[in-house]
Formats: sequence, structure tokens, C-alpha cells
Amino acid sequence: MTVLRPATLAAALAARSEHPGALLVAGGTDAMVAINSGRLRAEVTVDLTGVGELASWSRSGSTIRIGSGLTYTRLIAELGDLCPGLAMASRTVGSPQIRNRGTVGGNVATASPAGDALPPLVAAGAVIELASTDGVRRVPIGAFLVGPKRSLLAPNELITAIELPVARGPQQFSKVGPRNAMVIAVCSLAVDVDVASRRVAVAIGSAGPTTLRALEAEAVASAAIDWTTGALGDADLARFAALVAQAARPIDDVRGTAAYRRHALAVLARRSLGWSLEALRRAVA
Amino acid sequence: MASSGTRTLVRGRIGELVLRPDGVPKVTGAFQFASDLSREGMAWGVTVRSPHAHARIAAIDVSEAAALHGVLAVLTHADVPGRKTYGMEHHDQPVLAWDEVRYEGEPVVIVAAVDLETARLAAARVRVHYEELPVVTWDDGIVLRHVPIRHGDQEVSAEVVVSGTYEVGMQDQAFLGPESGLAIPAEDGGIDLHVATQWLHVDQEQVAASTGLTLEQTRLHLAGVGGAFGGREDVSMQIHASLLALRSGRPVKMVYTREESFYGHVHRHPARMRYEHGATRDGRLVYVKADVLLDGGAYASSSPAVVSNAATFAVGPYRVESATIDATVTLTNNPPCGAMRGFGAVQVAFAHEAQMDRLAAALGIDPVDLRIANALTTGDRMITGQLVEGPAPVAELLERLRAMPLPPDTAMLPSDQRDLPGGLANVTHGEGVRRGVGYAIGFKNIGFSEGFDDYATARVRVSLVDGAPRVEVHTAACEVGQGLVTVLAQIARTELEIADVVVLQADTLVGSAGSTSASRQTWMTGGAVRLACEAVRARLHELSPERHVEETAEHHHRPTVPLDPVTGQGDSVVALAFAAHRAVADVDCELGLVRVVEIATSQDVGRIINPIQCEGQIQGGIAQGLGLAVMEEIQLGAGRIRNASFTDYLIPTVLDMPTVRLDILETPHPLAPYGLNGVGEPPTIASTPAVVAALRDASGIALARVPVRPEDLTTSSSSVSSS
Ligand SMILES: Cc1cc2nc3c(=O)[nH]c(=O)nc-3n(C[C@H](O)[C@H](O)[C@H](O)COP(=O)(O)OP(=O)(O)OC[C@H]3O[C@@H](n4cnc5c(N)ncnc54)[C@H](O)[C@@H]3O)c2cc1C
Repeated sequence: MTVLRPATLAAALAARSEHPGALLVAGGTDAMVAINSGRLRAEVTVDLTGVGELASWSRSGSTIRIGSGLTYTRLIAELGDLCPGLAMASRTVGSPQIRNRGTVGGNVATASPAGDALPPLVAAGAVIELASTDGVRRVPIGAFLVGPKRSLLAPNELITAIELPVARGPQQFSKVGPRNAMVIAVCSLAVDVDVASRRVAVAIGSAGPTTLRALEAEAVASAAIDWTTGALGDADLARFAALVAQAARPIDDVRGTAAYRRHALAVLARRSLGWSLEALRRAVA
Repeated sequence: MASSGTRTLVRGRIGELVLRPDGVPKVTGAFQFASDLSREGMAWGVTVRSPHAHARIAAIDVSEAAALHGVLAVLTHADVPGRKTYGMEHHDQPVLAWDEVRYEGEPVVIVAAVDLETARLAAARVRVHYEELPVVTWDDGIVLRHVPIRHGDQEVSAEVVVSGTYEVGMQDQAFLGPESGLAIPAEDGGIDLHVATQWLHVDQEQVAASTGLTLEQTRLHLAGVGGAFGGREDVSMQIHASLLALRSGRPVKMVYTREESFYGHVHRHPARMRYEHGATRDGRLVYVKADVLLDGGAYASSSPAVVSNAATFAVGPYRVESATIDATVTLTNNPPCGAMRGFGAVQVAFAHEAQMDRLAAALGIDPVDLRIANALTTGDRMITGQLVEGPAPVAELLERLRAMPLPPDTAMLPSDQRDLPGGLANVTHGEGVRRGVGYAIGFKNIGFSEGFDDYATARVRVSLVDGAPRVEVHTAACEVGQGLVTVLAQIARTELEIADVVVLQADTLVGSAGSTSASRQTWMTGGAVRLACEAVRARLHELSPERHVEETAEHHHRPTVPLDPVTGQGDSVVALAFAAHRAVADVDCELGLVRVVEIATSQDVGRIINPIQCEGQIQGGIAQGLGLAVMEEIQLGAGRIRNASFTDYLIPTVLDMPTVRLDILETPHPLAPYGLNGVGEPPTIASTPAVVAALRDASGIALARVPVRPEDLTTSSSSVSSS
């Protein structure tokens, strides 16, 4: 087995194009588990942790650019105000050790329906920046994630960054699991309230083949909220919750039943939009 | 030294807080576990396992595997020179399957190669042709043992009757160190096997029988054990590694992967139970009827003893005039089940404690009062007819438990998200959260039962090293993480008043110590060390720079008898131990998520030998009981394990484990050395029903099955009824 350790992005892209299909390793918290269990074998491995450009974030105007190699620990410490939903999701990932190594880019590349960084990114309308020696392309995350553990990533490409807007209002992320830490989501929900454009966005995790938007629910809530006061009637909130549950496409599996997932999503939707609007009302007052 | 003129007090005697020698190395990573062993020229062994729960083996073709460069040996059943089956009591389990595989993961072929990667590649090239057979589970299985108990009048009726059916899922020991060992061929044609196990001598017999070696040629040495909890009582890789080492002439190491470990050891029996309790209107238990069915899986393991325990402890630590118990264990195509901490008492405790709460509700009596009113006490008879001779402070434990203060109530909302159900997953800020409190008590036997003489041996030597006396304690008792080596040294210091005590690595070069199970090692091997020390002490005047003093002693517990096969009567157990638990839990009743706030416990330990280790056992046992209550289950579908990984087999984390409030009672046990009692298992028995009682209290849902899943707490279906 060959392990390449590029020190620059250019070297990483060159390695990637020279060895298409080589295994990329960022934090290794998905990749090493797969290797240890024998599910994955790699002749060539490209260790991305030496590429400093990938491990940073920057702000330009109202856009945050998160390097694919940014760890959850740093994200939580540094982006809690600018991307609160993503930071909340990051806090729920694994254990401190996993958050020290695991990266947002790794989560996006794995493209698991249970990836916790995905719902806040989908709700925020994030864009994935992909690069190869041929150039750079930007793909909306919703298009990038095509199915369970399937994405548009080409064999010669790297995820270089994830771009998302600075939060334009309250955000929430919540995740249901039968253990109070270190648990894969039975289902999860991200709510993103964009006060400027008077829109609510909702993304559902672990209850479909990939991260799902709840478009009808979003439309109902966006229309029903009194944006000057932050008020929303109980009936509208209940309707929103029911529509979120309806948008899910859950299955029965070893982690929970489809019926429970739908039920829990309705509860999460009601609570997290409620908390968001409470924050909005506090801000308005 | 006792013989010298001035007496200096030797520190580190029994009762003192002595720190374990392996503590710091384990925390820093310096400790050598069995999986860390290595030797010059070492080869690696791997196992080819059945992908089917039940199939006929039509053909096995190892030619492609054997042809791979670097492969040293590829063995099938045909290559087992001695007995082709193994098993602790019943050797019914094939070393390597030949005609049929009876559970998913059953070993069929073993491979040794120069490195692990090659061994795995070779294993992937073994071709086994299977013809699938119907998969049998639960009561479609073959009855392996039925234990009836007929106690008192069998024609009974009562003023108040409650009944219910209960189910316990299959729990795993979930030890963190996977099955591992290193077999080294010796010059005498024998084997030195270094292995993580619970009972060296029972492994030795089985390795010798199947390899065809003599016992003298089969030397076992304890390697660093990463947890056991019953899961290492049965042989896993011991025979396989030995066969591969003998065939290849090289040291062979085997380490199971995490997934493989779920197939590599027995689990706790899942149980289905139907109970009926009858009582007078003022709360006196009149009768208990129980049908208990355990699914034993594909092979016997220790199922016959587990089902005996399930019957013996079926009513809990209560006095009852009449009991009609039928406990049965079947052979099926599920994964084999056997020993796990609590050994049969855990399953029935979930049912009998749920029943006591049902009964209390039906009678309108406080559940703790009902338990106290019917509490077993010294001088009573168990449902097996056996007189309770040792301490049985059931009422006292419950009184003390009830008197312990409760944690601050819900009105003082937790300020930290981690204290809420779901923790940092941010599912509730208090919405839907209700608090519940539940009580439970349980008991079980210490030491092996039903006529088994599980004696322990210890050899103690005192010699002068640079003029100072040193004690060497040599036993075959397995330190599995519970702290036995610390305790044995404390006993030697106490008896000999010599500070310098070395506990040698356990091996089969000394007599059997019996198993590290049944909460028995401090009692049994501790007792043997004490006897050996006493014998040495009597001869200490012989000690000189040229001459050491050495004595070997065996400690036997009092004899027991098998239960009568028709009536289930008999003095079958050595001694009893008791523990009570009170759980306080917050439940998000809309999402069905749980945060256990506190578990309080009162436990009688006879005498504390080492306070920190005693508390450690209690904390750890409670964590395992909590796990069974709310998350730990091997999920099965047609005999197949659906969650063979720590991704989906969940055990409690530090954010699930609550504060434990401890009240340790010391009632000297008259039969035991120093009046001690077993500590390891009682914490695991009633902690599960106490947590579930708290969840019922919070949610109002009957909860007839553990582990309780979030979906169980959000629906109101139940199979418990009362009349
Ligand atoms: C104990 C444990 C607990 C966990 N808990 C959670 C959890 O709670 N929630 C959750 O969502 N996940 C969890 N995970 C999964 C994992 O930690 C996350 O998915 C993490 O974000 C992966 O990041 P990484 O940097 O470690 O990825 P790696 O393992 O290094 O890589 C993951 C995949 O992404 C590819 N990849 C990595 N970087 C790039 C790149 N720049 N461009 C293209 N492809 C790339 C790799 O080739 C690989 O296929 C857990 C894992 C473990 C072991």
C-alpha cells in the first residue's frame, strides 16, 4: 500500500489525477473504520491532513467558505455565531476524539443519509466546491448528494470547500438517538429561518435515501409567520410539523421504525421552529 | 514480620484502599492486552465462519486458499486430531463444523499465514458450499433443560391476582478487548497458549482434548484481559490457535475483529416470561406462577445452569407460600447463549419486579412497603426449599434505600443541555419531560450451584530476597479487570504481615482456581490464598536465606446438591447476595428519550476488602444494568445478527451513566473468609428493573420488554393485564 502525503492543494490534485480512485483520507473517522472492517481496500491512499489550505475557513461578505478539512472541534469553537446550525450539528457528532479528527468535507464526501453536518448545510443552501487538475466547479449540495453514500464526486476530484451564507436568522439542529452521546441519528432535523428573505428552510436527516428538504412545510411556515413579530399560530405550527413528517421517506431498520421516525420528526419540527421563532421574537422585542 | 521483636504495621491489608497495579498502565496505554502479544516469527490465524444460521455443508474446498503464497496452514474438521467437539460441560460444539452449521458465524475453516492480510485473503478464497436449512428459534427449538419448581400447595387461589408477560432482549457482554491469544509450539511437542480467558483450567482440558496433547503439554498462561462478564467462559480461539501453531510450527496469534467478536462468544439469554402473582388484600404474597423460556441458541454452553438459576430466583427475594415455576431453555439456530453477569437472575428480576409493582398498584400499597412486607429473611425458605442461612437483609436494604435523599426535582430545571434527555443532540429544552422514580431488589447465588465443586487452589511462597521477606502468590485465577490481583495481595499481607507481595501471572502450572464468574473469586481464591498463608505462617520459623517456605492450599465451598428434576427442591446454592436499586429518570414522553438522573443503591457486601474496587464493581454493574434497560440488544432476524458492531450495539456512555448514590452494608457472611460476600453480579440484577420502573412512573406506559426503545415510550400498547 502506498501512502501519499501532499503538502499543497496542487500536489493533492496532482496525486488525485495520477491515481484516480485512490482513497482520500482526511480525519479518517469514516475511512479507517471501513478499512479495519475489510469493507474497503486501497492500493494508494492520499492523506489530506498535510494540506493546510483545506483546513481553514474564511468569510467574504455574507458568505462563509469552510475548507473541507476543517475539523468539527474548530468549527464549534470558531463558527458558532456565524453558522449556528452547523455548529449545533457538529456538537452532536461522535465523541471529542472524533470531533478532533473528523471533518465536514469527510462527512459530505461520505454522503451518508445519517451524516449530521448535511441537514444544516442543505437547509442553508450550501454549495460544494469541487476541484481537479481540470478546474473548479460548484455544485449545490442538494444536487451533490444523489443517494445513500452516493455523490457527484468524480474520481479525479477533491472537495475543496463548502460555501454557505452567514446565518440570516435563528437556526436549530436536533437529532434523535437512543443514546445521549456518540450515536448515529435515528432521524434529525435542521431549521434555518432566513429573516431577510422571510423564508424558512427545513432539512431532514436519516429518514430517506439522502438528506431531504421539506418544501411544502417550508412554504406553509414562510407564509404563515408574521415576520414583523415572529408570531405563528398553533394550528400553523402543527400543520408545519405534519408536513415535515410527510416529507420524510423513512424505512424500518435496526435503528428504528419508519413510524417512529415520522412521529419524532413532527415533534422536532414543532419544537425547533418554536425555538427559532422564540429567538426571533426576542430579537424583535 | 510477626516473628521479629518489634511489630510494624504492614500497609495494604484487607479493608484498605489499595490501588490496582494495572490501573495506570491501562489508562496510559502501556498495559499489554492479549491482542498486543507478539513473538519473533509469529504467524496470524483467521477463522472462516458460516454466513448462514442453519445449513448443510455440502463441500469444503480449501485448495485456492492453501495455494496462496504465505499461507502456512488451512485446517478443517478433518485436521482436528483429538476430540472434534468442545464445550465447558457438554462438549457438543464442533471445533470446526463438518456436516452442518447451526448458527451464523460458526467456525468452519481456520487459516494461518505469515501476516494478517494474507491470512484474510486466504480465508476469502475458501469455498464452502452450503445448502440452507430451516432456521429454528425460541419454542420451536429442542428442549435442552426444563427446570420445574413445585413449592407449597399447588391448588391455590388469591383475593388479588396480577399477571403479565415480559420479554428480555439478547444482551452482549460488550467487553472491549476482543477474543485474542497467542499459541506457541514448545519443544516437548506441546503448546504454550497465552490467552485472555476467565478460567484457564477449563480451557486447558478442552484444548488438550481436541489437540490430542496431554494436560502437561498444554500450558495456558493468562494474557491481559480486556473485560469478560461471562463472555470468556467458553472457548473461542483457544483450540484454533493451538491447532494452527502445532501444524505450522510457528507461534500463531489470533485476534477477533469487533464484528467477529459478536459471533465469537455467547450472549445473555433472551427470555420470554409469563407471570401470575396472587396476594391477599392486605398485601401478603400467596402464590407465584411463572413460565420462563430462554432461547439458548445453537449449543449448550452453560444454558443448563443458567436456566436453573432463572428458576431458583424466579420470584425474587420474597417469602411466598406457593410457587409453580417452569423454566425451560431451548436449542435453536440463534447465536449460542451462556454466561453473563447475573446469570439467569437478571431476566427473571425484570419480570418479578415489574409484577411486584403491578401488584402494589392493584392493592393500592406503596411498592416498597409491599416488598418489605414480603421480604425474605434469614431463617426463611427459598422456593427450592433451601433454608436461608446467611444474611438476607432484604427489608433493611429497602428501608435504607428509601431513606436516601432524592436528587433535586424537575422544578429546578437543569441548566446544562447534557442533563436533558438526548443531551447535546438538542431535542428538548424541557418540553415533554416528566420525572419518574422506580425501586427494585434482586438476589442471586455466589459460587457454582447444584453439586458443582468449584474449588480454588493457591500456592504461597515466602523467601528472603536481600534479607527481606517476599511473598509470591501463585494461582490460576483470572484477573479480568475486577481487581483480583490487588485483593489477593491484600489477603497475603494481612495473613503474613509482610509488605512485599508479588502476585504471579496466572497459569496452569498451579491447580485450578475455578472460573472468574458467579461473583466467586475473592471468596474462593481469596479463601485459598488465606489457607495457604496460614499454612506458611505456621512454618515461617523454617525460613532462612537458603530455604523458602511454600504451601499450596485448596478452598472448597460447602457442598450443594442438584435440584430435584420433578419438584425443583434441594439445597442447590452455596450462598446468596442482595442489592436494591432506586432509579430516578427524566423521560421526554413525546420522543421516548431518557436521561437517567440518578441511581441509588444499597448492597450488602459482607465485608469490604477494597473500598474503591468494591465501588467500582457496583458502578460498573449498574452501568450494565442501565444498558439492558434502555439500549443494549443484539437484534436478530431469522437467526442473523443485525447489529454486530459498536455503531449499532449501543452501550452507555459517560453522558448516559448517572451519578450513583451508594450505601454499602457489611453484614458478615458466616460461610466466607473474613465474612466477605460476592460483589460483582448483584448490581446488574435489580438496576434494570429499577430503571424501567422509573420509566413507567414517568410515562404511564406498562413497558413489558427490555431494552425499552424510544418507540415503546411513545405508544401505549402493553401486554400486561391485571384482574
Ligand atoms: C466513533 C464514531 C462516531 C461517529 N459519529 C458520527 C456522528 O455522530 N455523526 C456523523 O455524521 N458522523 C459520525 N461519524 C462518522 C465520521 O466521523 C464523519 O462522517 C466525519 O465527518 C468524517 O470525516 P473524516 O474527516 O474523518 O473523513 P474520512 O474518514 O477521512 O473520509 C471520509 C470519506 O470522505 C472522503 N474524503 C475525505 N476528504 C475528502 C475530500 N476533501 N474530498 C473528497 N473526498 C474526501 C474519503 O475518501 C472517505 O471516503 C462517526 C465515526 C466514528 C468512528
